[in-house]
Amino acid sequence: MAKPFAMSSLAFKLAQRNLFHDRLRLVATVVGIVFSIVLVTVQLGLYFGFGRMVTTMVDHASGDLWIIPAGAKSFEDPSPLDERNRFAALSVNGVFDVTAVVIGFAEWRLPGGGTTPVFVVGSDVRAPGLHPWNVVAGSTDALAIPTTVAVDQTYFERLGVKGLGATAEIRDQKVEVAVITKGIRSFTTTPYVFTSLDRARAYTGTAANKAAFFLVHLAPKANVSSVQKRLQANLTDVEVLTQAEFRERSRTFWLFDTGAGAALFAGALLGVIVGTVIVAQTLYSSTKDHINEFATLRAIGSSGRYIHQVIIWQALLNAVIGFTIAASIGYVIVDQTAESALPIVMTPALTIGLFALTVFMCVTSAIAAIIKVMRIDPAMVFTQ
Amino acid sequence: MTIHTIATQQSTAVLEATDVVKVLGSGAGQVSALKGVSLSLAPGELTLLMGPSGSGKTTLLSVLGCMMTPTKGSVRICGHSTKGAGPEELAKLRRDHIGYVFQSYHLFPTLNALDNVRLALDVRGEHGAAAVARAKGALATVGLAHKLKSYPRQLSGGEQQRVAIARAIVGKAAAILADEPTAALDSQNGHAIMEVLARIAEDPTRAVLVVTHDPRIVPFAKRIVRIEDGCIVGEERSGAQQGEQHSTIEQRDVDDERGVVVKRKWMQR
Repeated sequence: MAKPFAMSSLAFKLAQRNLFHDRLRLVATVVGIVFSIVLVTVQLGLYFGFGRMVTTMVDHASGDLWIIPAGAKSFEDPSPLDERNRFAALSVNGVFDVTAVVIGFAEWRLPGGGTTPVFVVGSDVRAPGLHPWNVVAGSTDALAIPTTVAVDQTYFERLGVKGLGATAEIRDQKVEVAVITKGIRSFTTTPYVFTSLDRARAYTGTAANKAAFFLVHLAPKANVSSVQKRLQANLTDVEVLTQAEFRERSRTFWLFDTGAGAALFAGALLGVIVGTVIVAQTLYSSTKDHINEFATLRAIGSSGRYIHQVIIWQALLNAVIGFTIAASIGYVIVDQTAESALPIVMTPALTIGLFALTVFMCVTSAIAAIIKVMRIDPAMVFTQ
Repeated sequence: MTIHTIATQQSTAVLEATDVVKVLGSGAGQVSALKGVSLSLAPGELTLLMGPSGSGKTTLLSVLGCMMTPTKGSVRICGHSTKGAGPEELAKLRRDHIGYVFQSYHLFPTLNALDNVRLALDVRGEHGAAAVARAKGALATVGLAHKLKSYPRQLSGGEQQRVAIARAIVGKAAAILADEPTAALDSQNGHAIMEVLARIAEDPTRAVLVVTHDPRIVPFAKRIVRIEDGCIVGEERSGAQQGEQHSTIEQRDVDDERGVVVKRKWMQR
């Protein structure tokens, strides 16, 4: 009994020979697959990159629970919360500490004149909160010094600074760069500026008794879910979310509510459709060109399954060749965009998923060819 | 004018067609390609099926070879009826019992001679060293043991046809059906091919049916069946066979010029 898709079978050899027999068609097919998979890679890579970027602040915040204004859609959608919420939270059983986070847009006055918008993030530098990471120069402790800020080196030109010690103004108040980070980029392209809590309030015009969020740190052995419920019961006009819940809310808002994710998915879907059509066309025409051989196979008694094997092996070979090239190009693109405003992300799971997609696409493309070949009248071999 | 023959009633018949009618096309374009044909092929016998173009030879070959099912009548191959068989069942019957030799060889240009022959085993699910050995044996039988690695483009027409014959016999098919196997060959190669087919037909487990226009190959046949207009119009047997078989025969006199030539050559053999 023939094993399905046995490598020892001549079906593989026949498929491989059919494929390489017409190199021009093979090139056309592979180009189609590569185009399609690179497009899908870029779109999905952007999707995942965007998904990561929009939650980067939530991901890097230290806290077990977030107290956010009721209905806040994302990290970047704050409305001021009263400091009384912090004190109320501190009185809840299981809460160890609550730190405030202040965020907001501000105008950065460049040393050489002109202004540029920045996104200020402030939290208590002496407590776990939301502090800069990937520090390449200076120390976050330096943010305790009044007027000091942390900026990312990516935005030096934009902010008109050249390194540590550079000065500028926000809201007519002097700021001095004391910490430099690498890779903290904003998907809005507005540079992040980290500073202490009180300076952030000053730079964003936030009242001294207001904050955008409160980060809750639980006491040892406290149950997150129980504390979350107690906080929610004790506080009004706020929502209490775990870090995962707030991350998901932010991600959902930016990816789906704004339509950005749908656009990226649509691009990926287009890539899959284009690839499928191209592979289907070339496989179909290849099958037509080899129709006498398939008729001969049928005439000498090959089963439908054997013929399917030949065509599907062709499709799989197309998939492997096309994916190998597409993945190589994809990794070059990933590397080239790593430092860009919106890096394309490629993970091992995504790579495996893309390979599975390529195989699916190529095998689906084989359907038309299989239908064609299964309609062959084997008696046609007598007239050829 | 049409004369129907009576089928050979042998229990050992490899292929047996009874009152086969085959209608091709539909509506106004409908054609009765076979009009009640009965024919049986006994093992150890090389039969020629001769007739003019459009007489129904190829249709009969297709029906006998399980490529088509008859519109009416029945076909049995090694005891298995084709009645009601779907494409897959017909393919299985072909795979298990029939070997084909085609006029234009129908070898796979991208496979060498050995793989072309091995393909007939591969579709039967026979892979590996045993299959390779059998394919080599079949090629040796047709005198091509030295051309295993040659591709069709590197072989002469006669050699290609011998590869096709090796492919037909490698699966131990009980019936070898050859469609104009010498038509594309010169007389020397045609003669060589017929010698191979005649040798195969000496195997007491195999029947060989050759469809041909070529009167030069008549001497190789033990039996000649003539078809015209979808009907079998005559049958002849070589002298040695006459009287031994209980088959047939209502034979129409052959008085055309080609028929005379045929008879003369037959006598010479």
